[in-house]
Amino acid sequence: MSAKKSLPTTIALGVARGGLEIRQFMRQRESVVFTLAFPIILLAIFGSVFKTTLAEGVTFSQYFVAGMIASGLVNTGFQQLAILIPMEREFGSLKRLRGTPMHVASYFIGKSILVFVSMAIQVVLLLAAGIIFFGVELPDDPYKWLTFTWLIILGSAASTALGIAFAAVPKSGRGASAVVSPVVIILQFFSGVFFVFTDLPGWMQQVAAIFPLKWMTQGMRSVFLPDSFAAREVAGSWETERTFVILLAWLIAGIFLAIRTFKWSRD
Amino acid sequence: MNVIEVQGLHKSYADTKAVDGIDLTISNGEIFALLGPNGAGKTTTVEILEGFRKADSGSISVLGFNPAQRGVQSRIWRNRIGIVLQSTADAGDLTVQETLSHFAKYYSAPRDVEEVISSVGLDEKRGALIRTLSGGQRRRLDVGLGIIGSPELLFLDEPTTGFDPEARRAFWALIQSLREGGTTILLTTHYLDEAEALADRVAVITRGKILEVSTPSQLGGRASAKARVQWKSDGVLKEELSDNPTDVVRRLAAQFSGEIPELQVLRPSLEDIYLSMIGEK
Repeated sequence: MSAKKSLPTTIALGVARGGLEIRQFMRQRESVVFTLAFPIILLAIFGSVFKTTLAEGVTFSQYFVAGMIASGLVNTGFQQLAILIPMEREFGSLKRLRGTPMHVASYFIGKSILVFVSMAIQVVLLLAAGIIFFGVELPDDPYKWLTFTWLIILGSAASTALGIAFAAVPKSGRGASAVVSPVVIILQFFSGVFFVFTDLPGWMQQVAAIFPLKWMTQGMRSVFLPDSFAAREVAGSWETERTFVILLAWLIAGIFLAIRTFKWSRD
Repeated sequence: MNVIEVQGLHKSYADTKAVDGIDLTISNGEIFALLGPNGAGKTTTVEILEGFRKADSGSISVLGFNPAQRGVQSRIWRNRIGIVLQSTADAGDLTVQETLSHFAKYYSAPRDVEEVISSVGLDEKRGALIRTLSGGQRRRLDVGLGIIGSPELLFLDEPTTGFDPEARRAFWALIQSLREGGTTILLTTHYLDEAEALADRVAVITRGKILEVSTPSQLGGRASAKARVQWKSDGVLKEELSDNPTDVVRRLAAQFSGEIPELQVLRPSLEDIYLSMIGEK
């Protein structure tokens, strides 16, 4: 068949799907408000309530911005996809895609692009609001920006894979948000997003240490807080290498689970 | 060459036999309709042929390929078929034109997007978001997405459910034009007039088995069934059943001077035949 030589590549279709996903995302007011504006609203609330200073040069807003960026990785990836994909499955959009020559990997690539782009927009907006209204300061050490970059890339990727994997759990599209959101909110409390991590009970810290959000949050603190603050972490240091290894492990586990559990339709 | 060849197809769910030994041969360029009541096994059969479900047993060849296979060959095969599912309700934040242009990218030799928009009658809606479309318009978009890859074989699962009569006629014209282009079509429908207007051959399925495969005009002995001649005489409706209705009409013509009042020659409709077929089992 002449068709064989001209089937589009998986990567090209993945990029095309990414563009389409972003277009759909931008047209859904709920998703734009929830994903892009909600973190800023939270920063405004916490920044106004807690005017404390945690250490010299570390305001609560500065601490909180690190947590919010880390949470953003979980919200835009894991939470968004674990809610969106069951809905696409229920509406039959996935079954329709299954009937086309598109490879499932193109679909995954499209979702990754959606997560990465919405994450990038969220980070820019959050940092801009933080700098303008809450005196948040950006790091000037290039090494910290390097850490920031790999945290965003590795974190988005792991969060995307885990979101696709977890999308197999909700039984229906409508019920997905009720299943997924509590998981995320509990993780946020346990992982030191809303409170100073070392103030949490020990058992909570230990549970949190199993999951990636704690490591993303700690990694973001290493970017946004002065190095002197590292002494106040649980291990007395930022544990940067360990963070990298744990997030990489979650990425690999996420990809494995996503491939194993992904379903095009409910039956 | 046969586009679809199925022998001894079986598929059970838990305790019900959805498909219980189906044989089917559909040749190139044919429009073939599967008729049957709800739960007869139509959709299960079609979904096995589309590669969405796995058969328990039986040999299946669709365009020379077993739909249950996976991998690169499967994608090359999907490039040659088009599928219009029974129901899809996308969130719909894309326009008609954007959706068709995007799906066109999946195929090696897609049809022209504008031409497809026109052929499914959505010219005026090309820039409209899908969620603003009516049910019938959405269905026409579904059909547009099914044919965008210029398929050799098109599956249509109850394509005109929810259409008004005018939209159905327009849809039939679209299917006729696809036939002229050489597309083989497997259609399932609840509408007997639709099967009659479109299909070269029909198969009647009940309880997972095929009762008969025939042309719409010959199904269930329809062509040889007695015709009913009706007319009015002195204001009273009369009728006569006959194997030779022409003779009856000739006799009546001699009897009346001029027009035979309210003359009708009726043969059993496809619906009459179909209902008696599925009723007797």
